[in-house]
Amino acid sequence: MKKFIALMLAMLMVMGLMAGCSSSETAAEAPAAESAAGAIKLGMCGPLTGGAAVYGTAVQAGMEIAVEEINAKGGLQFALNCQDDEHDTEKAANAYNALKDWGMQIMAGPVTTAPSNVVAGECANDQIFMLTPSASGVSVIEYGDNIFQICFTDPNQGVASADYMASRELGTTIGVIYDSSDVYSAGIYEKFAAQAEANGLNIACVEAFTADNKADLTTQVTKCKDAGCDLVFLPFYATEAAQVLTYANTIDYSPIFFGCDGLDGVLTVEGFDPALAEGVMLLTPFSADSSDVATQMFVAKYQDKTGIVPNQFAADAYDVIYAIAQACEKGGVTADMSASEINAIMVEQFTSMTFDGLTGKGMTWAATGEVSKSPMAVVIENGTYVGVE
Amino acid sequence: MKKLLKNKTVLANARIYLLVTLGFVVMFFMNNAGMLSSSWKGYLVPICVYISLAVSLNLLVGICGELSLGHAGFMGIGAFTGIVIAALLKGKVESDFLRLLIAMVGGGILSGILGFLIGIPVLRLRGDYLAIVTLAFGEIMKNIIGNLYAGTDNNGFHMAVTTTKMALGDGGKYIINGPMGATGVQKLATFPMGFLLVLFTLFVVLNLVNSKEGRAIKAVRDNRIAAESVGINVTAFRMKAFVVSAVLAGMAGALFGLNYSSITASKFNFNTSINILVFVVMGGMGNILGSVISATVLYVLPEAMRSLEDYRLILYAVVLILVMLFTWSPKVKEKVAIVSDKFSRMFKKKEVETNG
Repeated sequence: MKKFIALMLAMLMVMGLMAGCSSSETAAEAPAAESAAGAIKLGMCGPLTGGAAVYGTAVQAGMEIAVEEINAKGGLQFALNCQDDEHDTEKAANAYNALKDWGMQIMAGPVTTAPSNVVAGECANDQIFMLTPSASGVSVIEYGDNIFQICFTDPNQGVASADYMASRELGTTIGVIYDSSDVYSAGIYEKFAAQAEANGLNIACVEAFTADNKADLTTQVTKCKDAGCDLVFLPFYATEAAQVLTYANTIDYSPIFFGCDGLDGVLTVEGFDPALAEGVMLLTPFSADSSDVATQMFVAKYQDKTGIVPNQFAADAYDVIYAIAQACEKGGVTADMSASEINAIMVEQFTSMTFDGLTGKGMTWAATGEVSKSPMAVVIENGTYVGVE
Repeated sequence: MKKLLKNKTVLANARIYLLVTLGFVVMFFMNNAGMLSSSWKGYLVPICVYISLAVSLNLLVGICGELSLGHAGFMGIGAFTGIVIAALLKGKVESDFLRLLIAMVGGGILSGILGFLIGIPVLRLRGDYLAIVTLAFGEIMKNIIGNLYAGTDNNGFHMAVTTTKMALGDGGKYIINGPMGATGVQKLATFPMGFLLVLFTLFVVLNLVNSKEGRAIKAVRDNRIAAESVGINVTAFRMKAFVVSAVLAGMAGALFGLNYSSITASKFNFNTSINILVFVVMGGMGNILGSVISATVLYVLPEAMRSLEDYRLILYAVVLILVMLFTWSPKVKEKVAIVSDKFSRMFKKKEVETNG
């Protein structure tokens, strides 16, 4: 026993030493980082572990596919390094610094809003170009002129949802359940409420929960049922939505459930019966069943790689890499340029170029870093996302 | 002077100050010489913050013998107070250093006041009950901050707990935006300030421990009834430890908050409290030097293991378990005692030689 423990300790020490000394070298060999000579170094950080890992891993896989494709073509070469930020601001700063040590030239992340607020501040300081696939908070792009988003901002999602409901006359009595402790959820709700009022929608029931008491959302669902809501707006993430849908099913409550891009991924929540998500509508710029050739190829590759249907996060991530590639090609970016040189070129390209991706055609960016593309609603049918219209 | 040098506690304290100063000087010069990687530069301030938090919690848990699970709550109060003060003083106080100092003092004071208020009912409780109430306190603070809106416009400073009451006029700018936390924070925290904070924390805690008050606090810890019977006001001394601990945590929190460009209230949750408690337990209850070392090592460890990807979280836990097992093993203790005995003998011999 003593020997065993001694051996374990020795092993740990060796590992610790290895980790301590060679962090910069080993990081370069992270998955999909085929650091060929002359590759432009892309950094990504996101929640690869923890509660929000669904998004982080989807983004990672989406980016890896895009990088593999681009590298296979020859010409422009990318190396990708993904770091875990555990959806935590402090860890995000550490992840960012680790990426900087690796020699990151362009930041293709982070995935979620709260860490992005920290990383965006650093990127603006260090003049490293940042394009986030899915951090939709408005505050993110306010840090500097070199921070760009490829997803809609939260207010836009709230406004678009309210507009969509009003124009389609989806429901007469609307209930809202939202996470008041979450940046994303609260951000959407605020703008949704304002726009819904302007559109004359009848919001009968607003129920909030926080990160601490989301283990049980039955009260909120029951209240919506009691208020007679025939449309329930769920501006939060998939794990909680799975709970809501499961409970609604047990009390035979079946209004139209309407969500934003956070709901994307509900089909792959562990322990959730996807059949319960039938008929759920969500506002997202990506649907996996699209007849678009590029989308179908991406879906096939993603399924090969991970065994699941990609969600919007994966598609956004894929677009991020291609948008960066397009800007690099047009701007003549080479791997030996410094991060700040690349930054200047990228900012110039992004404010002037038009990009066609999986999540929208003819995307353009304002100088603020906000993207302009048209939202699209999808409905879940037979276990896949199907575009409405 | 000779007498002072022979005093065991003075020697032990001098060793702690020496180690911390040495660590600071080495890191400071390495940083100035550009020898530190970005990662290490990023660790410096959080390490100082966590050392201060661990030492201040050790005062409560180790010296006073009260289990507190709400240390992150005080940290959060300090962080957000510090951020608000720093934002309000922008343009009014020129020196960033001074602004940071005022923010930290402000954060410490508010945290201390809340610590005092919460202490009045809480410190009537003992043991597990105190742990539960402090846990609740931390969570309450987190939720209050998470619903707090603060901002400035041309009419001055506004604060509310709902958005509807919080209509900012012309030139309005949010400092704290409810669940979205504080964004666009100017990063004021510096490593030298972190070092000063650690020194201040050590100075306060070590002096308190070795004072008359400190002995009274320890007496309360060891035997409450006996302490009461010799005329020690139990509640007053526990309160002293509690408030001092809260003030120090608030100051550390302010430095922490001003080290990132954005922070949300959810950072100051139960997990953070437990994390600080882990630093204290790992370093040894009541062992101040232990807290300093364990906070440093345990903060850097999971970050240094980044290249191991997902396994690092498992390894971190394994390391914690092994350290716990080993430091408590009587055999290991025996061996450590032998080694340290040899060292101290060598040291004494040299001393004799130089004296002779």
